[in-house]
Amino acid sequence: MVKIDAIMGWKKLNLGAAITEPGSASLFKTGSWRTQRPILDKEACIRCGRCWIYCPEAAYSPNGDGYFICNLDYCKGCGICAEECPVGAITMVLEEI
Amino acid sequence: MGKRIGIEVSIAVAEAVKLCDVDVISAYPITPQTHIVERLSEIVADGELDAEFIPVESEHTAISVAAGASATGARVYTATSAQGLALMHEILFIVSSMRLPVVMTVANRALSAPISIWCDHSDIMAERDIGWIQTFAINGQETYDLTFHAFRVAEDHRVLLPAVVNFDGFTLTHVIEPIEMAEKEAVDRYLPPFQPKLRLDPDHPITMGPVGVPEIYSEARRQLEVSLLSSKKVIVEAWEEFGRIFGRYYHPIETYRTEDASTILITMGSATETAMLAVDSLRDKGQKVGLVYIRLWRPFPHEEFFEAVKEAKVIAVLDRAISYGMGGGPVFSEVKASLYNLTQRPYIKNFVAGLGGRDIPIENFIEMVDRAEFSAANGLPPTYEHLDVREE
Ligand code: SF4
Ligand code: SF4
Repeated sequence: MVKIDAIMGWKKLNLGAAITEPGSASLFKTGSWRTQRPILDKEACIRCGRCWIYCPEAAYSPNGDGYFICNLDYCKGCGICAEECPVGAITMVLEEI
Repeated sequence: MGKRIGIEVSIAVAEAVKLCDVDVISAYPITPQTHIVERLSEIVADGELDAEFIPVESEHTAISVAAGASATGARVYTATSAQGLALMHEILFIVSSMRLPVVMTVANRALSAPISIWCDHSDIMAERDIGWIQTFAINGQETYDLTFHAFRVAEDHRVLLPAVVNFDGFTLTHVIEPIEMAEKEAVDRYLPPFQPKLRLDPDHPITMGPVGVPEIYSEARRQLEVSLLSSKKVIVEAWEEFGRIFGRYYHPIETYRTEDASTILITMGSATETAMLAVDSLRDKGQKVGLVYIRLWRPFPHEEFFEAVKEAKVIAVLDRAISYGMGGGPVFSEVKASLYNLTQRPYIKNFVAGLGGRDIPIENFIEMVDRAEFSAANGLPPTYEHLDVREE
């Protein structure tokens, strides 16, 4: 027997593979692909929120003190936040295994 | 019974779409399809039909808008030809996989180059595997009738797939034909309002067409394939119901004088009526010749096809397109594939003719029968021939 690693059978799949549960993207952890992680320098951060806006995975969220903290379960290491940060407060560092 | 009037076939198609009460028409003009959407734009502008007519800047957008509109639960129509259909290519797969019951009329036209606005089937044959239901009309009345049928089948909850109705460019699009027009009340009985199963609604957000990771893509595609294959039952049922209401009956495979026929011609589209005349004349001379024309191209009706040709010794297949590099046309390939598993296979010969609007006169069909019978009798390999082409 060949191993079948399907998530579910085609009969159970919604019509046209539609997803009917809103917000379910958060169930899909994109952090495992990461080869680099963003490191925040709070001293340098001006709390502008650009990292939060630009992150394609919506990995950042405000922490209450005005800073934005990255959830590494979702950060895929693309480096966009570091590129967009106007003061260079984010540095990408290589993930060590 | 509706009134029978002389009307250009494209205009009749527009009138059929109007009777279907579509909500959205998104289209881009391209010869020879233009008259359909031109007439529809007038119908909408004159307030005869309460629909959004969205004039877009390309066919890629025409079908993209159709997909989006259909996803909101609207009844959607578009039409195109040749390069326009080719430009829609990538979106056509998306419409079927997202199970959006868009209906499209394709006025069949040759693909460039050289530029040809005239009829052949190369446009739709390049789109055989898009996952849409595909039917072919042989005359104006059929094109008109198949339009109602397409909506009914596409929107059936057991199907929910897009559908193409094919009719030949110029040979049918621009011809004035007596057509029995349907009564609105009869169309309403035949075609209930569209009830989407899933639709985009801001109050109940869903995602259509998400990423299909390897762990689900095969299942999504399997769902589409099974739906298309099993739509045949609904297609046939909807033709039966059409016959009960309108008195005209359609089948996946149609036959003409095939009883006791040892040689059978296979055709699709408007050349079929010419082929019928060839069959008549050969029958008059005592030759046992019949004709089978394929109405339902996708899903391919294997059983019905087999039933129609099983007594034949020789089959001559007409193709109005070439499957380049394969040696023959696409209809030939499908017919051969469909009959391959028989223990007693007929001799199948292929004729490519009628490319880019070249006429296929009655004599051509007689020649096809003669040459196919000759090749079979002399044990020649059943290859294809490009008929009526200058070789020097
Ligand atoms: S590296 Fe990319 S994914 Fe990770 S937090 Fe920055 S922008 Fe988001
Ligand atoms: S973009 Fe840079 S400065 Fe702005 S909040 Fe993010 S880390 Fe701080």
